[in-house]
Amino acid sequence: MYVAVKGGERAIDNAHRLLAEDRRGDPAVPELDLKQIEQQLALAVDRVMAEGSLYDRELAALAIKQARGDLLEAIFLLRAYRTTLPRLAVSEPLNTAAMAINRRISAAFKDLPGGQVLGPTFDYTHRLLDFTWAEPHGADTGTDAATGKTLPQAMPRVLQLLDGEGLIEPPRADAPTRPVADLTREAMTLPAERDLRLQNLARGDEGFLLALGYSTQRGYGNTHPFAGEIRMGEVAVEIVPEELGFAVEIGEITVTECEMINQFQGSAEHLPQFTRGYGLTFGQGERKAMAMALVDRALRARELGETPSSPAQDEEFVLYHSDNVEASGFVQHLKLPHYVDFQAELELLRRLRANASDPSPDADPNDHGPKP
Amino acid sequence: MGLLAKSSVADLEAAWQGLSEPPSYDFLRAPETGLAQVRARAGGTGLRFNLGEMTMTRCVVRLRDGTSGYAYVAGRNRRHAELAAALDALLQDPAHRDHLQATVLQPLVEKLQVLRQRRAAKVAATQVDFFTLARGE
Repeated sequence: MYVAVKGGERAIDNAHRLLAEDRRGDPAVPELDLKQIEQQLALAVDRVMAEGSLYDRELAALAIKQARGDLLEAIFLLRAYRTTLPRLAVSEPLNTAAMAINRRISAAFKDLPGGQVLGPTFDYTHRLLDFTWAEPHGADTGTDAATGKTLPQAMPRVLQLLDGEGLIEPPRADAPTRPVADLTREAMTLPAERDLRLQNLARGDEGFLLALGYSTQRGYGNTHPFAGEIRMGEVAVEIVPEELGFAVEIGEITVTECEMINQFQGSAEHLPQFTRGYGLTFGQGERKAMAMALVDRALRARELGETPSSPAQDEEFVLYHSDNVEASGFVQHLKLPHYVDFQAELELLRRLRANASDPSPDADPNDHGPKP
Repeated sequence: MGLLAKSSVADLEAAWQGLSEPPSYDFLRAPETGLAQVRARAGGTGLRFNLGEMTMTRCVVRLRDGTSGYAYVAGRNRRHAELAAALDALLQDPAHRDHLQATVLQPLVEKLQVLRQRRAAKVAATQVDFFTLARGE
């Protein structure tokens, strides 16, 4: 229970002014502009868009600047902003097979049609601090565009290679009339179907999903994953405006997609075959997409007739704790005035201690109900 | 329409200013910024789900002769939507279409193509052939 507190307006104003001053930092140092954040802190922008669940690079850059680089705070700002805008359209499903590839790898197949394309990756870097970046770098990074190699027009999905032999579960057919769950419109209910779970995971906290995915690898609901395919690049977004009745492209967004191939022992009804876990995220977010795919697969336990035994397989646990805006809000609400609660607890504790040293018949030591 | 949506507002502005006589128009729907819910499919081909939202701006204009032009563009740039709608309206007119196709759309297509190819060449240079080493045989 919270009590209204009065007063403090002046202190609050001053606190905000101090925040603004600290946000700006030493005025002798040039101020960041949004383009710099957008371009040079692009992966921070990507994370804020993904978990803020709003694709707009400039807004994400603004949020990062306003939040002084606190990405969770920036995500909160973006989420709050989105509530001020009307929804104008729902897109056609993205066709990630037609992606303009920036990166595409498979850890399951060495020689895959279309080839392994490393793209702009941290992999194979030595993770040694490179002090040349302490100085301005200029524009020329010596990117080699003259190898004569070209990317094929189409990059087939790696998992389709297994499809032909029936070695992997086929993707579930989707009736075009099936309503698609939307947790921004209706409160989440359990049990959650996979569409609702994927939406929840797509905006879920990367750290939380990473830890859960990791837990599955360490044996808490192991699904023996292989990174079947990871691809990152630009995809077209199309909408079908009511007044036109045909699809128009509104632009392109960058997404990262991960398809995990997982073992499945088989059951009385099904022969053993590989199963799928899927991860998709706004921007360049490979770690997030991989973690999401691991958790997606773990959460399919019920559907695949596995006995859920681990946190990553517990949909209530995962889905109700994945959102960092909610989590941050509830943890941080502890800062709000709990003076009355605390006074009550204090009183109770004094009484219990007094009773313990001097028991009297009218004291009830069980009278300490939970706080609201 | 997709091409106008993907082109930069600066390019559209230049194209509009470059018209010999830019027509006047009214708004049937003034530029309005909102959200599009972006859908995807599990596994790329399966169950549809909502991935997240993106900003978009729409606009509908009407030329003096009654022709309407529509625009739906990613982002929050109202001027982008307005110019795209105005050009879309002009493109409805058979008298202008071929000329605009050659003078406005084709250069935009080429510009986007050049950007895409330049990027694709750099990406293609990171294509790799992994060799596996047989062990213990």
